[in-house]
Amino acid sequence: MEQIGILEGRERQVLEKKSGVAQADIACDTSSLSGSVSQRACVFCGSRVVLYPVADAIHLVHGPIGCAAYTWDIRGAVSSGPELHRLSFSTDLQEMDVIYGGEKKLYHSLIELIEQYKPKAAFIYSTCIVGLIGDDIEAVCKKVARETGIPVLPVHSEGFKGTKKDGYKAACHALMKLIGTGSTEDISKYSINILGEFNLAGEAWIIRQYYEKMGIEVVATLTGDGRIDAVRRAHGATLNVVQCSGSMTWLAKEMEEKYGIPYIRVSYFGIEDMSKSLYDVAVKFPDRPDIMEAAKRIVSEEVKTLYPSLQKFKKALTGKKAAIYVGGAFKTFSLIKALRSIGMSVVLAGSQTGNKDDYARLKEMCDEGTVIVDDSNPVELSKFILEKGADLLIGGVKERPIAFKLGIGFCDHNHERKIPLAGFIGMYNFALEVYQSVMSPVWQFAPRKGGSL
Amino acid sequence: MLLRHTSKEVKVREGLTINPAKTCQPIGAMYAALGIHGCLPHSHGSQGCCSYHRSTLTRHYKEPVMAATSSFTEGASVFGGQANLLAAIDTIFAVYDPDIIAVHSTCLSETIGDDLQQITKKASDDGKIPEGKYVIYASTPSFVGSHVTGYSNMVAGIATQFAESTGVKKNQFNIIAGWMEPSDMREIKRLAKVMGINIVLFPDTSDVLDAPQTGKHVFYPKGGTTVDELKSSGDSLASLALGSISAEPAAISLEKKCKVPFETLDIPIGLTATDRFIMAISKVAGVTVPDEITADRGRLVDVMCDMEQYLHGKRVALFGDPDQILPLTEFLLDLSMKPLHIVSGTPGQKFEKQMRQLLDERSPETNFKSGLQADMFLLHQWMKNEPVDLLIGNTYGKYMARDEDIPFIRFGFPILDRIGHSYFPNVGYGGSLRLLEKILNVIMDRQDRDALEEKFELVM
Repeated sequence: MEQIGILEGRERQVLEKKSGVAQADIACDTSSLSGSVSQRACVFCGSRVVLYPVADAIHLVHGPIGCAAYTWDIRGAVSSGPELHRLSFSTDLQEMDVIYGGEKKLYHSLIELIEQYKPKAAFIYSTCIVGLIGDDIEAVCKKVARETGIPVLPVHSEGFKGTKKDGYKAACHALMKLIGTGSTEDISKYSINILGEFNLAGEAWIIRQYYEKMGIEVVATLTGDGRIDAVRRAHGATLNVVQCSGSMTWLAKEMEEKYGIPYIRVSYFGIEDMSKSLYDVAVKFPDRPDIMEAAKRIVSEEVKTLYPSLQKFKKALTGKKAAIYVGGAFKTFSLIKALRSIGMSVVLAGSQTGNKDDYARLKEMCDEGTVIVDDSNPVELSKFILEKGADLLIGGVKERPIAFKLGIGFCDHNHERKIPLAGFIGMYNFALEVYQSVMSPVWQFAPRKGGSL
Repeated sequence: MLLRHTSKEVKVREGLTINPAKTCQPIGAMYAALGIHGCLPHSHGSQGCCSYHRSTLTRHYKEPVMAATSSFTEGASVFGGQANLLAAIDTIFAVYDPDIIAVHSTCLSETIGDDLQQITKKASDDGKIPEGKYVIYASTPSFVGSHVTGYSNMVAGIATQFAESTGVKKNQFNIIAGWMEPSDMREIKRLAKVMGINIVLFPDTSDVLDAPQTGKHVFYPKGGTTVDELKSSGDSLASLALGSISAEPAAISLEKKCKVPFETLDIPIGLTATDRFIMAISKVAGVTVPDEITADRGRLVDVMCDMEQYLHGKRVALFGDPDQILPLTEFLLDLSMKPLHIVSGTPGQKFEKQMRQLLDERSPETNFKSGLQADMFLLHQWMKNEPVDLLIGNTYGKYMARDEDIPFIRFGFPILDRIGHSYFPNVGYGGSLRLLEKILNVIMDRQDRDALEEKFELVM
């Protein structure tokens, strides 16, 4: 790695895969170095993204205005009904509140909100400052819940108290308080919850449809197109199917412990993983062979139309190289496989929040010479992209303009995806998007990777 | 239907803000610092703040936005953030090698009592700041003011921490940019050139946030006011501050420190505000207005006259930042339109006074509120009670425009769903003409859309 300058103190978070050489594990699960231009966010961000898609609850951000303003409707988590989650509510704490405490303001805000919107529940997010001034938000929430008769749930998401992952956990903690409070009557034995699917661009609907076609009842989707009543009865499901390892595994473990519901981890990206996520669920219901048969039928029908339609993309994209830098590591695994299925190789793979096991698996999956990074930054990303000659970057909002400035294609696999990328249809959409971006005629006018016109 | 829950009845709220028409100070400080050449903004707080600001600015500009963070942890919030900031300064100079680090505080670092002046001094005393490099700072707690005051505080910080007075005046003027787009700053520079005066414009985000595609990711794009220019601002003959909230504080501190006299003007949006700007330059520099500018003005007035019939009495709701919506309101009144509802989340007595004065004279029935609870929910409620023909504001206005089925013009910050603001100015006669064209287009498109077939006109 001598040829690439990397941030001092970050050497252990970057490695280039080499066979036959002993390589230390990648260091991860650490907080970012002070002074780095990190692409990561905070605890609050983690909680906010997980709970955000619950559409019939109010989401009140207790803190100064920024935290509410920056998270106002920035995630395309679609709802089939109520859309309370797309509004922005804040206590807009001022200097006097910081000095004298914000509990009163929180109380009034909640009462006003609940009266105005008649939500099914309320989530109250603490921000950095609330953690410092010591507002007892638990007490306020209890009081309001008593007075209004709806669940009012504090989310302990003070930004500085850990990483985004701790925010996921705080969100799951709030969900755990809801789960188990609804009736499980009439829930089929052949039922699941879909965890860690946020219905970006309507993806949860696609996934749900596959399972329902197999004869399985989906009790709750956590949290895509989420409803409080569904969450409350989620403990009635037989199996938890967990996507997005970072955000919801904790919840699955808690539910296993408390309600004895086993869980499996799946991914809905790419043909291979999508098919597996149907089979893995079917296997759990051995007394109903028709479920497995239905799964096989869905896969075979979908693949029959999908496979031929991918070939033209594959023909054009074979030999092209991709760089992946996304939030969770689990997604990276699927993306590597999906890219391979359209002829592309991966030269850089990384995530903001992967853990040790994730990186071990990532290394195993990657080709020789692939660079693996944890918590990367724009300098590193652009250097590796140039050096490895990537033609495509897959990332989120902050990575997009870097790709375009370097003159390479880009695919948003984060909050700003505009079309569903999950499911079989999602694989087609993904291939199409990658093809359109990589093969676009605009690149002929753009000096490429530092080259001249 | 997204906002179907908005009720018509306006009630007094005791704490709650719904759909804010502002955001917090630090993002303004970050934006201002990007207008200094070779400067890396630094957020002294949790990692999330920096990430959110960068994401929002990236969505608004479709450009990479670089900034570093102190990455506060629980330890830092107990023991103070000094160690984090000192470590950050080391890291940044060692790895990202900027000429300047512009540190701004956050609600977190302010509440635990970090003193940026003291910490940056310590960094300097400890030899952490390499020769010829700078660390500047601004205090921008999120629980005070808004993104606009954060911008203002950083601009004032830039002025006080760089300006030097050598005792020998230079034949140049300072123009202190209020919060405006890179396109606007580029146009201000062009106008000054046409007027024949030398200026130091700061901050200046042109060629930073509207950078061309080059095949490279450049950490410090070529634009931005240079350190030499900033230093020399203390020797300028006078300062023109464009905007009483976002630019005037910097002019005041320059006057205090280097005795540079100043005049505060509105951001030159619209005919009369541009007139005042051009005349102020003419007067302070003793130059005559060149024909080129007079002709530009004539073209704007010509279109205003030609199209007056389509604008007269049209009712407008608008929201945004004080220094932008004040001249915009004046422009709308000059166009014989009727600004009916005006909201700004940014508090400020001076702004309120100025706006009230303008409205009292020319449109006393207008609803106007700024500061706490002056949010888009209130604006929407007002619109439900007294409907309008046009809405002007940032991207978040699109919900209201859709719900009420009215034409909408994107203006202000942030604009997350359209391009153009970085490239085409709203300032000057040319910029105002473009703004006028946009207003006419949406209004006339609406007239066409709604016209009965027999009244559907070819010539308008």
